[in-house]
Amino acid sequence: MTCFELAELVTAYLDGALDERSETLLVVHLDGCPACRTLLDQHRQTIRLLGPAAPTAASTTTLAPAYREALLTAFRDAPR
Amino acid sequence: MARDVPLPPDDELVERLRGGDEAAFGLVLDRWSPSMLRLARSFVSTNATAEEVVQDAWLAVIQGIARFEGRASLKTWVFRILVNTAKARGTKESRALPFSSLLPEDEWPAVDPSRFQRAGDPHPGHWNPGQQPQPWMLPETAALNTEVRAVLVEALTALPDRHRIVVTLRDVEGYSSDEVCDMLNISPGNQRVILHRARAAVRTRLESYFTSAAAQHQDAP
Ligand SMILES: [Zn+2]
Repeated sequence: MTCFELAELVTAYLDGALDERSETLLVVHLDGCPACRTLLDQHRQTIRLLGPAAPTAASTTTLAPAYREALLTAFRDAPR
Repeated sequence: MARDVPLPPDDELVERLRGGDEAAFGLVLDRWSPSMLRLARSFVSTNATAEEVVQDAWLAVIQGIARFEGRASLKTWVFRILVNTAKARGTKESRALPFSSLLPEDEWPAVDPSRFQRAGDPHPGHWNPGQQPQPWMLPETAALNTEVRAVLVEALTALPDRHRIVVTLRDVEGYSSDEVCDMLNISPGNQRVILHRARAAVRTRLESYFTSAAAQHQDAP
């Protein structure tokens, strides 16, 4: 397995979706290749940074008050 | 912040919603609507339409809560309704996003091929000397850093719609692969291909940001 090939398999590896042979080749490659270990680590960090606490608050979008009120009214008036 | 208060467990929440507890409804409405708006926006062309989609989805939730069976989490169920509503609206707008097959945009290499050695070089397919990824020195709190968040938002915004939808559901909202496949009606393999492209694009954007930030730090007196 080359570094170029490994770079395409990172997500499948992290999802545990590789077949046994590819997974073994990948792990062996990682063992001998610090640069690819860094790449894998950066994928993990990217996922962590994207995670629920992260980017979304910066682009906060909230439901317009009129919609919110209308929905609360619809909830109140719903037959149950 | 309201965002930090954990929601009650699903069974309690569902019971309160079925019982007409307005406070419970307000809680989920305020907690989930921002994500729903962002997600809806990927399927339709304007913010106004996205707001209508979210409103329609909540109306469907109000009508359907009696039929909620608890096979998925409440949030997954609500988001599935949102995705279906948004898809239907997107189709009407002829802005349907095909998830059933892959597109050329899904199959670009994850890392710029020029960073690897070519045939004829000493180690074809391996990193070019000087082009290897460099470790990021990130504090634990990097995710809270305003500048980093702005870079992430920018990177997400720049993604093709389908890529943004998949990575948002998987990594920002934290859904499992199975849940995302179910919501979008996409195969696990195609979902993974799209997710990989999306993550790789975000990683590349972060890499250039952290590299230039490190360089600036070094230049500082
Ligand atoms: Zn390597």
